Amino acid sequence: MPGVEGFMYPNETALHWSVLIVLYPFITGLVAGAFILASLERVFRVEDVKPTYRLALLTALSFLLVAPLPLQLHLGHPERSYEMYFTPHSSSAMAMFGFVYLWYLMAVLVTEIWLDYRRDIVLMSESSKGVKHWMYWLMTLGSNNISERSLAIDERVGWIVTLVGIPSAFLLHGYVGFIFGSVKANPWWSSPLMPVVFILSAMVSGIAAVMLLYMLAMRLRREAIDMHCVDTVARYLFYIFIVAFGLEMLDLIHRIYEADESFRSLNFMVHTKLYFSHIVIQIVLGTLTPILLLALTQVWKFSAITRKRIYTVAGCLTLIGIFAMRWNVVIGGQLFSKSFLGYTTYKMGLATREGLLVAIALTVLPLVILWVLVKVLPPWPERSQGPSAAITPVI
Amino acid sequence: MGIFKDAGHLFRFAALFVVGTLTFLGIRGFFVPKSFGEYGHYRGNAIVEVAARPIHYAGNQACETCHTDVVNKKKDGKHAHVNCEACHGPLAKHADDPSVEPTKLDTAVLCLSCHTASAAKPKGFAQVAEDHSSGLPCETCHQPHSPAIAAGGAK
Amino acid sequence: MNLSRRHFLILLPAAAVAWQAVLAGSPEASPNYKMSEHWWGMLIDIPKCIGCGNCVRACQAENDVPDGYFRTWVERYHVSDGNLSNPEVISPDGGKEGFSPAKEDEGKYFFVPKLCNQCADSPCTQVCPVGATFTSPDGVVLVDQTYCMGCAYCVQACPYGCRYIHPTKKVVDKCTLCYHRITKGLTTACCEACPTGARQLADLKNPKDPIHEFLKTHSVQVLKPQMATGAKAFYYDLDGSVR
Repeated sequence: MPGVEGFMYPNETALHWSVLIVLYPFITGLVAGAFILASLERVFRVEDVKPTYRLALLTALSFLLVAPLPLQLHLGHPERSYEMYFTPHSSSAMAMFGFVYLWYLMAVLVTEIWLDYRRDIVLMSESSKGVKHWMYWLMTLGSNNISERSLAIDERVGWIVTLVGIPSAFLLHGYVGFIFGSVKANPWWSSPLMPVVFILSAMVSGIAAVMLLYMLAMRLRREAIDMHCVDTVARYLFYIFIVAFGLEMLDLIHRIYEADESFRSLNFMVHTKLYFSHIVIQIVLGTLTPILLLALTQVWKFSAITRKRIYTVAGCLTLIGIFAMRWNVVIGGQLFSKSFLGYTTYKMGLATREGLLVAIALTVLPLVILWVLVKVLPPWPERSQGPSAAITPVI
Repeated sequence: MGIFKDAGHLFRFAALFVVGTLTFLGIRGFFVPKSFGEYGHYRGNAIVEVAARPIHYAGNQACETCHTDVVNKKKDGKHAHVNCEACHGPLAKHADDPSVEPTKLDTAVLCLSCHTASAAKPKGFAQVAEDHSSGLPCETCHQPHSPAIAAGGAK
Repeated sequence: MNLSRRHFLILLPAAAVAWQAVLAGSPEASPNYKMSEHWWGMLIDIPKCIGCGNCVRACQAENDVPDGYFRTWVERYHVSDGNLSNPEVISPDGGKEGFSPAKEDEGKYFFVPKLCNQCADSPCTQVCPVGATFTSPDGVVLVDQTYCMGCAYCVQACPYGCRYIHPTKKVVDKCTLCYHRITKGLTTACCEACPTGARQLADLKNPKDPIHEFLKTHSVQVLKPQMATGAKAFYYDLDGSVR
């Protein structure tokens, strides 16, 4: 059989979960990570990251709206996916997805965004005309009360929502890790560490994404980047990255030491079929390099321009590395035979329903949605002339 | 009351959730199949539907009711425990309507799938080398329903 | 051979009537079959398997199995020098056209037919998000193909590789232990076609089923016992090298 080496059970030679299933945890990871960054300010009162607060929430929402799409495109019968809501099988982690997603979307993200933006929404509904007016009016739910008392209540309720949102964000992405980690049939996936590694790498990717988007947005608005903010974000990125990497190394060392029945086969796979994506992209370029770069900024005092460049490079490499991690888990887990005697190849289509073009489109779509959201719900005060006075320019 | 005045928008928001949940529960009643949950977390009718799939192999019992002569010939030979359709293929259509002709078998090909010699086969199993019959079909010398020549099965 | 099977066919005319209804395609369960009286499995006798591939072909004919996919298949093992951890295994087209003759050497060869193990604690039904795959009350793991949405989670969760996504129906397909046959007193297509009796349907709840005697007098194994799946495909004389 072309692409198959050694022996595989006859039904195993084709992969059933494609690049779209790689994309799904990547997207929900960005959602969870962006939200955690937002919660740093709201719950843990890390004032320095406040400039990224609203952007982080909108980023989380844009990616969350796109998250179900790769799944729908993958299903053999997407028109039956409503069954997960009507007859969820309680022993299946995947069944709980529908409800966790809905909970997180409505009770956490939409609620928090609405509460934080409500004053601006009311003001915009009063000051705009035509379609825009009706759009904002709908969002006010017919209430234009923005008295100090009502805003104080919003603040309090919003704080509770964010507090609840933190474990909810962990649940939203942690369960994806559990979907893989609980499959005893697959030794590459089966591990209690899987949900933890997924959550931590999600936080890394989400924080890196918001950091990059913030710097890009400020660039596009021709405003000064708040270096205090970006330095703090980068510092949190660095700390969490160390923990995430530490856990991945723990998993690796544990596997090598115990060397159970699957080890020889998996080891061979990592050294051959997964060498480029796992060793080169995920570990060297996607983890060690950004950690080193961020470590340098902690030890040496670089100029703001240099720091911005380092953060940009580190952020981009991080996102590539976390995507590679999802790839290595999902695709890697299907490249070897459960007989431990053979391997197959993943043939990614180009213009097929689950092919590369669709994957690229699904990665770009959230950015388009974000652009729309930023227009409808501006994260920053409207600038009149020149740079905004709200941001302290530090060059 | 002051609190309601300043928290009115929250009640409206909460109302959205309540309406949404009630709508969900309402449509759920329409969509969940009636037999779901009859035996477990699945559509009970599915069992009946799987059991209703068409049958292609009639089974030995069906053949034996009509072909008693073959049964007698087989019962003391080496092929006594080989079911009819193991060689003759699926014959439910023929059992249902005997005027439907079963496909004629070619012993030159058929017998080889079991009896070609291979080191992989169990040692006690009857196997012959490729040149065993010099290209002649097996039924030249063997009666398939009672194949052993020594036992008087030869033609 | 099958005295116990005669008992299933209580009245030939009754069976014939039910059979007619089935051939006509109407979903009526056989009148005398009660699910609670049966607990199905299979016995596979390794030393008897000759690797002819009859079972694979019969299953395909009986169940319309698409080419390139397998509800059952046969593997051939070659173990040299007692090297159990590194056997050579082949399964050309699932063993459908048999195997080309092997050359004699100092190693040992044997055939291993495989199918869905009809696990009593199946990991595949555990992960189905909607309840499209399930274990019937008589112990057969089935797929509701009008309910399945094709997420393939169960395919990933099966340790034995016996599930696949049907290429045109886009839902999960797998061995049903010929449920449509065994509920009418017939045996499975693979057992019917097996010329050596290497495969035998087993009803663990039926006191007259020969499996009970066999289990008392022979030592049997299941595939991947460490997975604790409650597999009900019992193998006699399964070598330690089998994956």
